[in-house]
Amino acid sequence: MTVYDLTLAELRAKLDKRELSAVEVTKTYLDRIAATNPALNTFITICNETALAEAQAADQAIAEGKAQALTGLPIAAKDIFNTAGLRTTCASRILDNYVSPYDATAIARIKEQKAVIIGKLNMDEFAMGSSNENSAFGPVRNPWNQDLVPGGSSGGSAASVAARQAVAALGTDTGGSIRQPASHCSVVGLKPTYGRVSRYGVIAYASSLDQVGPVTRDVRDCALMLQAIAGYDPADSTSVNTPVADYQSNLTGNLKGLKIGLPKEYFIEGLDDDVRKAVEQAAEKYRELGAEIIEVSLPHTSYAVACYYLIATAEASSNLARYDGVRYGLRAENAENLVDMYMQTRAAGFGSEVKRRIMLGTYALSSGYYDAYYLKAQKVRTLIRQDFLNAFETVDALLTPVAPTPAFALGEKVNDPLQMYLSDIYTIPVNLAGTCAMSLPCGFSTDERPIGLQLIGKPFDEATLLRTAHAYEQATEWHKRKTEF
Amino acid sequence: MSQSYETVIGLEVHVQLTTNTKIFCGCSKDFGQTPNSQTCPVCLGLPGALPVLNQQVVELAIKTGLATNCQIAPRSIFARKNYFYPDLPKGYQISQFELPICEHGWLDIDLENGERKRIGITRAHMEEDAGKLIHGDTPQTAGNSLVDLNRACTPLLEIVSEPDMRSADEAIDYLKKLHQIVVYLGVCDGNLEEGSFRCDANVSVRPYDQEEFGTRAEVKNINSFRFIKQAIEYEVERQIDLIEGGGKVVQETRLFDSDTGMTRSMRGKEDAHDYRYFPDPDLVPLVISPEWIEKVRATLPELPEVKRGRFVEELGMSDYDAGVLASDRALADYFDACVALGSDAKSCANWIMGEILRKLKETDTEITDVPITPELLTGLLARIADNTISGKIAKTVFEKMWQNGQSADQIIDAEGLKQVTDSGAIEALVDEVVAANPDQVAEYLGGKDKLIGFFVGKVMQASQGKANPGMVNQLLKKKLTGN
Repeated sequence: MTVYDLTLAELRAKLDKRELSAVEVTKTYLDRIAATNPALNTFITICNETALAEAQAADQAIAEGKAQALTGLPIAAKDIFNTAGLRTTCASRILDNYVSPYDATAIARIKEQKAVIIGKLNMDEFAMGSSNENSAFGPVRNPWNQDLVPGGSSGGSAASVAARQAVAALGTDTGGSIRQPASHCSVVGLKPTYGRVSRYGVIAYASSLDQVGPVTRDVRDCALMLQAIAGYDPADSTSVNTPVADYQSNLTGNLKGLKIGLPKEYFIEGLDDDVRKAVEQAAEKYRELGAEIIEVSLPHTSYAVACYYLIATAEASSNLARYDGVRYGLRAENAENLVDMYMQTRAAGFGSEVKRRIMLGTYALSSGYYDAYYLKAQKVRTLIRQDFLNAFETVDALLTPVAPTPAFALGEKVNDPLQMYLSDIYTIPVNLAGTCAMSLPCGFSTDERPIGLQLIGKPFDEATLLRTAHAYEQATEWHKRKTEF
Repeated sequence: MSQSYETVIGLEVHVQLTTNTKIFCGCSKDFGQTPNSQTCPVCLGLPGALPVLNQQVVELAIKTGLATNCQIAPRSIFARKNYFYPDLPKGYQISQFELPICEHGWLDIDLENGERKRIGITRAHMEEDAGKLIHGDTPQTAGNSLVDLNRACTPLLEIVSEPDMRSADEAIDYLKKLHQIVVYLGVCDGNLEEGSFRCDANVSVRPYDQEEFGTRAEVKNINSFRFIKQAIEYEVERQIDLIEGGGKVVQETRLFDSDTGMTRSMRGKEDAHDYRYFPDPDLVPLVISPEWIEKVRATLPELPEVKRGRFVEELGMSDYDAGVLASDRALADYFDACVALGSDAKSCANWIMGEILRKLKETDTEITDVPITPELLTGLLARIADNTISGKIAKTVFEKMWQNGQSADQIIDAEGLKQVTDSGAIEALVDEVVAANPDQVAEYLGGKDKLIGFFVGKVMQASQGKANPGMVNQLLKKKLTGN
């Protein structure tokens, strides 16, 4: 087994026993990235120099007996995280030349543990997309099959972990942007409860929905990563000051008495047969493991996508107003006046999907339309959240597909935004409800495309969510399958 | 002509709050620093930065709300006001729209005819200021606009009145009252020129018999009370002329030009922004408990109106004197301190409004930096009261005191200014003066009584001002008339 096949937990043990050094591990990864990135296009920035310096510092810490969970482990971050001194593009031409002066809190927290930032990952521009085709730096390819999309918007995060270019990655999830690509790339991805992880320093797409989370090889690694980044941050007013459990010690494998709900609205027309079969088999596996499977109802599910595309775009239209060419990033040359500079800069700097969403959001907030669109959507959002809270009165977790289909082909939906939007139909309600959910491998389609299982947990109960996922993972082999990359 | 039109004015005042740091970040908000030196990722609007509400801003807002008789909202929210401008780094201003922190307040103003009038306060809400544009004036920057974001994100409280004022004078009365209160509370430094207290006026006119308001124009960019009066008066005249000339007032924003005293159109209604307000998802709703409100209420100082009443009722002062002293919190505190130390209220008030204010003005000093402490002034007043010195000598002592900060007793001793009350010594001086001026004595005896002043003056002069004037008077009369 090569170094890059080891999980985060396995590498930790080897580093602690000095069987490997952080520098050796980092070099191995940098070599692997250099060899594989041209085919996959997962990285926007590769940290060749800084990563080795960080690895040396990590080895020093290990030598001094000061190793923490992530010390010396090569981790990659979606290019939506501000990283001090590193280019931070959000996969947009408008930030092509932007070097951040500060670290996002999630980055600062893994740096505190002396993790090695190995690179910045490709993504859909401003996290808007479900296929990673909306990147100014070109699409990411799915390491399982390069004709397929990796999912999005954290396509680089999922693909890099699946292709073993990083031991783990950070992503963000606004409507499924961690879970859907994790599912398409057969890795583990977790969207924590809104407020669990600080959003400070994460470039905002839709502020009331964005949440930071890990993408990893298995559930244990996911628990370790979440442990590092979770917790209250005074710099983010929406982060919640509530205790963080010891996630790893919760991975007991015990599901006795656990009640899992299957929301009937999620198993409907449009759900791919292979996906349906895989998810039903997963439910069956849970039954075998001692959990009780109960059908539940989330009656407002069908309104979720429409509700999301009003709220998310409204917030985005405002969040992206700061990219005006005045202070940083792209500025159009030869503009005739101020308004012309704004228009030329933004016309040249934003891709078509970003423009589409800015226009949708601007419209939804406009005088005379606000009540009918934005306000109505907020009311629907409350109902959707209530659906989940009602369901959690009777069950501990929900089990659903992550996406209606396995990964689709590059270019397949690029000209059909509505079809693209529907690929997040099972993940979006979770963001609207603000609760936590994760994606974990649960099979492959007949044509060998990965399929993911979504588990949805109670707000701030990531511990139960991880325990539930871990028990299934222990009982199955899906997570052990590796891409040929 | 203008007699048949009624003026209607509503005012929006932006009060810059005296916090140590900005409203949503920890940057200092010092005025006049190197451009962009007081900034951080939050107030620069860098990607990913998030606002965190400064609790001190909330307390100052509550304080102002309470002092202007507002209701403090138990739950209020911040909203984004979206528009593009180079001095607005995020492309939106964080403000409050629905659910502001203060609503339904009022202030009473005193009209010229002696009546009081209540001016309603619709709301007061917290918001961040924008930065400043500077026009390049070096060879490298000429023709460019430069952006200074030091002021970006400094805390403002926007106080919006009802359209209750009916003349420029009423508007000024209201503004001065509001200005006095925010300065008294210490929530604002009150500096109009530096923009710490900025006013926009909504002005309209209507025929007296018309119930609905006329179309209003909003006048911006007025930075002194005088200009506000000028701007409103100009605007009223302009609107009446327009209507009389068969025209129509259009809803627009107008800028006041202090050089010409006129207003000119900045943008019309058709160019008005659609600000697309919506609740800021980066900030959680602000919840203010009754306990918090009471805690802030306990820190409220005695407000000018209450103070004035107390001066009149408890210290027997005239309305005018009480009003002058109460108008400035530091001055009133000074006065209160003197009285607490035993100064007689009336003479103390005279000295403060006379000598102290004159000297402060002469030397361009603030009352907070006055070299004569309440202890020193009280000591001086005591020596006047017990006849150690005359009022006239007291002024000499006062000047010395201002320069060297010594006590009245020290100065009187050192300078030998103690009043002469020894009748023998005064009599000797009287004798000298009478002997030296036989002509005047004759005139006096011939019935020219007014000459007594001449003799008193001569004796006082001979005593270098130290003789007790009452005794001089008495002894002179005795000597001259021989009884």
